[in-house]
Amino acid sequence: MSEELRELFNEVVKDHEKKPRNFHRIETANRKSLGHNRTCGDMLVVYMQLEGEVVKDISFLGEGCSISKSSASMMTEALKGKTRQEAEAIFDKFHQMVIGKLDAETLPDQLGKLGKAFGNVHKFHARVPCASLPWHTMRAALEGEEMTSTEHVGPALPQPAASE
Amino acid sequence: MIATEKMIATEKTIEHRGAGSGWDVARVREDFPVLGQTVNGKPLVYLDNAASAQVPRIVIERGSKYLREEHSNIHRGVHYLSQRATSAYEGAREKVKRFINAREARECIFVRGVTEGVNLVMHGYGRKFVGEGDEIVVSEMEHHSNLVPWQMLCEEKGARLRVIPMNDAGELLLDEFDAVLNERTKLVCVGHISNALGTINPIKEITARAHKMGVPVLVDGAQGAPHLALDVQDLDCDFYVISGHKMFAPTGSGVLYGKAELLEKMNPFLGGGSMIRTVTFERSTYAAIPDKFEAGTPAIASQIGLGAAIDYLNSLDRAAALAHEHELLAYATEKISAVEGVRIIGTAREKASVLAFVIDEIHPHDIGTILDHEGVAVRAGHHCAQPVMQHFNVPATTRASFAFYNTKEEVDIFIRAVESVIEVLG
Repeated sequence: MSEELRELFNEVVKDHEKKPRNFHRIETANRKSLGHNRTCGDMLVVYMQLEGEVVKDISFLGEGCSISKSSASMMTEALKGKTRQEAEAIFDKFHQMVIGKLDAETLPDQLGKLGKAFGNVHKFHARVPCASLPWHTMRAALEGEEMTSTEHVGPALPQPAASE
Repeated sequence: MIATEKMIATEKTIEHRGAGSGWDVARVREDFPVLGQTVNGKPLVYLDNAASAQVPRIVIERGSKYLREEHSNIHRGVHYLSQRATSAYEGAREKVKRFINAREARECIFVRGVTEGVNLVMHGYGRKFVGEGDEIVVSEMEHHSNLVPWQMLCEEKGARLRVIPMNDAGELLLDEFDAVLNERTKLVCVGHISNALGTINPIKEITARAHKMGVPVLVDGAQGAPHLALDVQDLDCDFYVISGHKMFAPTGSGVLYGKAELLEKMNPFLGGGSMIRTVTFERSTYAAIPDKFEAGTPAIASQIGLGAAIDYLNSLDRAAALAHEHELLAYATEKISAVEGVRIIGTAREKASVLAFVIDEIHPHDIGTILDHEGVAVRAGHHCAQPVMQHFNVPATTRASFAFYNTKEEVDIFIRAVESVIEVLG
């Protein structure tokens, strides 16, 4: 098995897939959004308790692959207690990372555990929407939208050079 | 000119192929240029044939010949190129007719694929003959393309959709079929082979039972056409729909076969050029079949390509090809059954080409990524058959689907890749 695959399906990802954190409904949630990736069928609901500008509580429920599930799980850990502005800043950084636009060397400083877990996703073009789905769903919830999808998130696949 | 001569030479070579016994898979693979490439540094193992089958050189060259030497609009010009294009296009229709054993070529309507063909029947037949309280019968294992159009019709007309259920092996329960058939049934719509399970459905039995009640039957032949010898008269189905890209032809090609008397009494589908007889501002009259259903300029190159794909299939020993596919399926089924944690979805007695499975606790999308890394192309998802997923209570499956150009060595690579999935993620 290649090193690249082991990096994609790393121990942190596997741990969060098998034991997702904040995997429940928040009964008192005042924001909630449904995220759906039609290409693979991944689906999740992000629940949020927004108090003023602070994400007081955040959780999710859903069905998906290891990447989307662990991404959702780690997202809830990373955002609980953050302000809306902080959450959006982390969203931006995460998005830049999964489309391969963040410098790998400074990654751990910028995104910590998230960087360690998902720093290699950009090498697997087809998996970028999986990692992104929970985050786009979270942002939709933050903005009061009830639905979002991420089939088309990600960089264009580089075309192999024509060969004869 | 050189390319043309080369093509004629290719045609001659393949005419002589397949006379002997057995199946020379190495030689057949040479006909498919796409199979020779590497993916992630590994040889491509293409096991996604149920989604789209690969295209042999003769089809690529025929389409390219059209674009190089014949490209022009059909059924219009008196000029030389238009005559040649028309004759190639209508020649392809003749080939289709013989391939499926239709009574007449005009019973073969060119469409973009099964989805368009089913929608054509829904609009042309369904909207004309189905009313409030009527019923349409589909099966539990239908692809969305043979389900959603009928739901749309039922919603529009206040009609009712009835479902033939299946058992846990993925076989239709024919006794239940009898129970849903009644005097309100207007159409039965069922797949020949399930793309999600591989089940071959007993179409002759289904048409016999439906016809006893005077009900016509539409067969989704997307998976049937590439994997079975077809005879629509023997099946006695009223409509049979084919997608070219699943039978070694380009995308955008396909056929709706319909019995002439049914096609004639149907409403047209799309309106526009080619499908009319006369047009005034007061009214238009429509052309006879098949033109009535072929409005606008069709996918000429693709449909000519479909004709070439039929030539190619006819040049093979088709029985040996199908036997080889069957052997691959049996071999892969045996091998994967020995892998711990794997459950096969779809274990019907009559099966073709499709091996769908799940692995405990591992999502099919993750399996697909690891297999892709090993150069193995499979489909991971719900296969546009969500009710099938609901029946087996799984969100999705991983599906390997075989064609006659696949090899046992490729099955071995696929199985090793599945084992490594469990190593990495189990």
